[in-house]
Order: sequence, then structure tokens, then C-alpha cells
Amino acid sequence: MKELFITKYCHIKNNKVFVDGTLVFSDEEADSLKSFAKSLYRNLKPSYNKFFKMDEISKLGFLAAEVLLKDVDLSAYAEEEISIVLSNSHSTLVTDLNHQETIEDYNNFFPSPSVFVYTLPNIMIGEISIRHKLRGENAFFIVENFNSELISNHIKNLFLTHKSEAFVGGWVNQSEDDFEAFLFLVTDKGNTPHNDFEINRLHNLIP
Amino acid sequence: MEEKSWLNRIDFMVYFISDNIISSLGFSTQENFDSLLKGEIGIKTIDDINYYPEPFPASAIDEKRLKEEFQKLATKYSNNSNFTKLEKMLLLSVNDALSKTEIDIASGKTAIVLSTTKGNIDLLEMKKSKNYEHERVLLWKLGEIIGKFYHNPNEVIILSNACISGVLAINTAAMIINSGQYDNVIVTGGDILSKFVVSGFMSFLSLSPTACKPFDKNRDGLSLGEAAGTIILSNSPIIKEQNIVFKGGSSANDANHISGPSRTAEGSFIAIKKAMKEAEMDSKQINHISAHGTATPYNDDMESIAIERHGMQNIPVNSIKGTLGHTLGAAGIIETAILLEEMRHNTMLKTTGFQEIGVSKPINILNKITKKELKTCLKMASGFGGSNAALVVSKIY
Repeated sequence: MKELFITKYCHIKNNKVFVDGTLVFSDEEADSLKSFAKSLYRNLKPSYNKFFKMDEISKLGFLAAEVLLKDVDLSAYAEEEISIVLSNSHSTLVTDLNHQETIEDYNNFFPSPSVFVYTLPNIMIGEISIRHKLRGENAFFIVENFNSELISNHIKNLFLTHKSEAFVGGWVNQSEDDFEAFLFLVTDKGNTPHNDFEINRLHNLIP
Repeated sequence: MEEKSWLNRIDFMVYFISDNIISSLGFSTQENFDSLLKGEIGIKTIDDINYYPEPFPASAIDEKRLKEEFQKLATKYSNNSNFTKLEKMLLLSVNDALSKTEIDIASGKTAIVLSTTKGNIDLLEMKKSKNYEHERVLLWKLGEIIGKFYHNPNEVIILSNACISGVLAINTAAMIINSGQYDNVIVTGGDILSKFVVSGFMSFLSLSPTACKPFDKNRDGLSLGEAAGTIILSNSPIIKEQNIVFKGGSSANDANHISGPSRTAEGSFIAIKKAMKEAEMDSKQINHISAHGTATPYNDDMESIAIERHGMQNIPVNSIKGTLGHTLGAAGIIETAILLEEMRHNTMLKTTGFQEIGVSKPINILNKITKKELKTCLKMASGFGGSNAALVVSKIY
């Protein structure tokens, strides 16, 4: 029986990006997720036009996945063996407010499909799946605060029921005044065992 | 060591022990099933500026009955708090399903899983938001309200994964019971009609001007609906009755497009394949399929491809969305509850709105109520974000 390990992890927090706990990028001047995402995109240079039509939280999730999966070789796994298990507390609140603004007043009524489609948190899972050709299991959980046990149990259950071999797990949240991402890759390689305690420890590395 | 013993629990079963549906057709699974048998259609024209400036067809809940039924529940629990429409629907749904069981919802060994896409999204409207605290629009708060009402000590597990949320919630609940973490899981889910959702789907031009027509040649979009549903799963069977058990479930992503399904039905194909593998079943053992069947041109076509790719083109398929509409976070739960009821009665419902096959693969769409021994059935779901899910259920004799 194979065991699972946390192979790699990354944080995006306080306008800084950390890989395995080490600072790799910062933009102290960015005053919003919008401007921070733009400068991180310029730094990573993924040359991916679809990025520009995404809503802000999908951009955050997309960029966190770029950072996490950069230089990672997942070719040992079939597309359908790689799953994404994400969570947050605010679902797509900021995008919801953007859509609401277009419909609040019938004298100024202009709902847009390109905004509305992003009012579901799992759209970011779709964007990451398209970019990295991941066709495994999907789940988006909503929790008040980061809950390492919920994510690690779900990953463990998918693994033990033979539905998946590798996982991108974590937290991608945007509230009205802040944003944060913490993603981790789980495979059979690594030194940190995959469990609730370790995920919580790594999440808290960046205060 | 603990995990090894988990894997060895081969005799372990997850039983479907109770369910409920609250929709335009009634406030219990039985009421809904009876109405479906009679061919009643829950989708009606709604002319209400609170939803949309022009009339549109949708399946709406009887507000007066909701208020009356909820008042009884609130009195029973001596809870006079101010609840939103969706909260009332979910609380009533859980209560009805629970009332047919011996389960203690306040036990630490009972978990609640909530499936919803938009929760209390109507509270974003200025005139409604005044009556509730700011965070009431957040989905975790909705979960907390359900859990607290019933004094459940565990944090409610909330899944929000577009239109596969309901099937995903059932699959997740089955895994949770299988892992031994909980004895019983109450899966509840719901979404309401709102200006937010109606205007969004209108902007997508994906709503049909009439009640929707799944798999039909002339289908021209979906109909929206509001509903709440509950399915209770347990590691213990119902005594003296025939039991239906969870056999397998999976989800998969198309990795193709965020708002349109894969042309090759890749994600749906994979989800069905993995669900069948877990169930240790092959296509020949499936007696009946409950499709997602939204009646959008692309969704239904994609499902026909997934079904045909699995060699299941002769297996009878239906969709109840022509009657109840697309109820988003409730859909997977209420459609599974109807599927279980079909199995209990060995009766397959017709696909209301369907007349002539109009999908690229010649699958077997039910156009009349049909009796058949139903032992093993498949439920399919697909949604925005390229998400797909499937689950397999079986009777045990």
C-alpha cells in the first residue's frame, strides 16, 4: 500500500508568494488582488490568454496552481488520477457583488454571462483543470476557517477508494478586503507525511 | 494500521434510509412521486418583478404552505428566530426525512452535509439584506444555522460545486460513513429562485421560453426551479424493509471549457467509469439511468455520448427537469430521491417534455411510465466548471 506525502506547497499572502516556505515573489505596492494578480502574472509569464477573462478569485487560484505545479512532473499519473480539492470561506462573494451591481436596478440592468459564470467557486477548479489537463475528482468545500482535517480526510478517502493517486488541495479565498491562497500537492513522493497535523503546520508557517 | 482495517471492511455497506423533497410538487418524496406519476408539471409562468422584469417559466415553491409548515416546526423546536426562505426549506426537508428514522441528529456520530450553489444569495439585494446580519449571505453561515437549529455538534460540511453539488454531497457522505468517522450522514441541499440566478441564466440565453424539453429534438434551453432535498445515509439498514445501498460514486473534470461540456463527454465518461468500477458493476447490470437532462442543446447531447460510449444506449433513461426544472444545489439530491422511489416501486417515470429524440447518439429516453424490475441504477450530473459526477445504487435482497 502506497503512502501519501505532501510533495510541495505554496502560500500567497500579504502580497507575497512563498514556495515550500521560501519567499519567491512580492509586490508590496499592489493595493488589490487585481493589481497583485497582474504583477504576479507578469513575473510568472505563463503566456495564457484565458487568464485575462477570469474573475479575480479564479486568477488567484490559477496563479497559485502555476506556482505550485511549476517544474513539477506529473507525467507518471493519468489525467484522471489527479484530483483537485479546494476550500474557502467566502465562496465567490466579490464576483457575486459585481453581478448584483448589474441587476439591482431595472433602470440600469446589464447582467453579463462572462461575470455570472464566475459566480461559482468550482469554476477556478475548471480553470486549473483546463490549464494542467487534470481530469480527476473535484470538490469545493465552504468552511468558516481553514480546516485541514476536512481537506485531508477527503483526499485520504479518495485515495483509499482508489479514485485518485495525486491531489492538489488547499484554500483560495477572496473577501471584500483581503485575499489568501495556500495550495499543496499530495503524491507518493516527499518527506512530509500527508495528514491533518502537517497540513495545518504548513498552513501556519506564514503568519 | 487503522487504514488497513478500514480497507478490510468489505462487508461494510452504506444504506439509504430516508429522504425528502420540497418542491413545487409537494413537501415530501411521496407527494412529489405521486405528482410525477400523474404527469403534473411544476413549471409555471412566473410574472414577478422581484425575479425578472419579464415573465418566465420556472418551478416555484408554494410560499403560503412553506410559511405554515415552518411555523409548526418552529413551534415544535421553540425557535422563534427569523429564518430565510431557503433556511425554512432546508430545515423542513431535514425534519421530514429525519422523522421517518430513529437517528439522533444531535449525536456526535451524525454529520450533516449541505449542498448548495448560491445559498441565501437573495440577501445581496438591498431591501432584503437589512433584516439579517452581514455574514448571513455566506454559505458557511447557512450550514451553521442548520446545524445549530438541530443541536448537531459537528461543523456542517458544505459542498458548492455547481450543478454536481448534490451528487458530490452523496458520494462524499458515503465515503465519510465508509471511513468510520460517522454512523449517519444527513445530506441536505437546496437553492432558491432569485433575481441573481434568473438574471444570470437569462444573460446566458440558456432559459427555454416554455417548460424545458430534455433530450427532445426541439429542446431550447433549461427551466429553473427551486427545491430542497434530503437523503439520509447510514451504516445500519432499515429493519424489515428492502434496502437500497450506495455502490459507487465519482466525479471528474472535462478539462475543456468552463461553461460548455466536452464534445467527447470526457469527464462524464470518466465519472461513470470510476463509479461503476467502485460498484464492481458493468454496463449490462444497470437497469435504469437518471440523467442530468437539463434540456440545453449541449448538455443532453454530451450525456447521450457518455451513455453510448459505455454501451448503455439501450438502457432506459429519464430526466425529471421537464417537471421540476433545474434546482441547482438540490438537483442531485431530489433526483436521487426520485430514483430511489422509482426503484422501490419498480416504476420508471417518463421524461416530461420529451417527444422525439434529438441527441447525436440514439439513446433510450423514456416517454411513458414503465414498469421494470430495478435492481441497480445510475445517476448522472454535470455542471459549469467542466464538472461531472455519477453514482451507482443497488437493492440488496
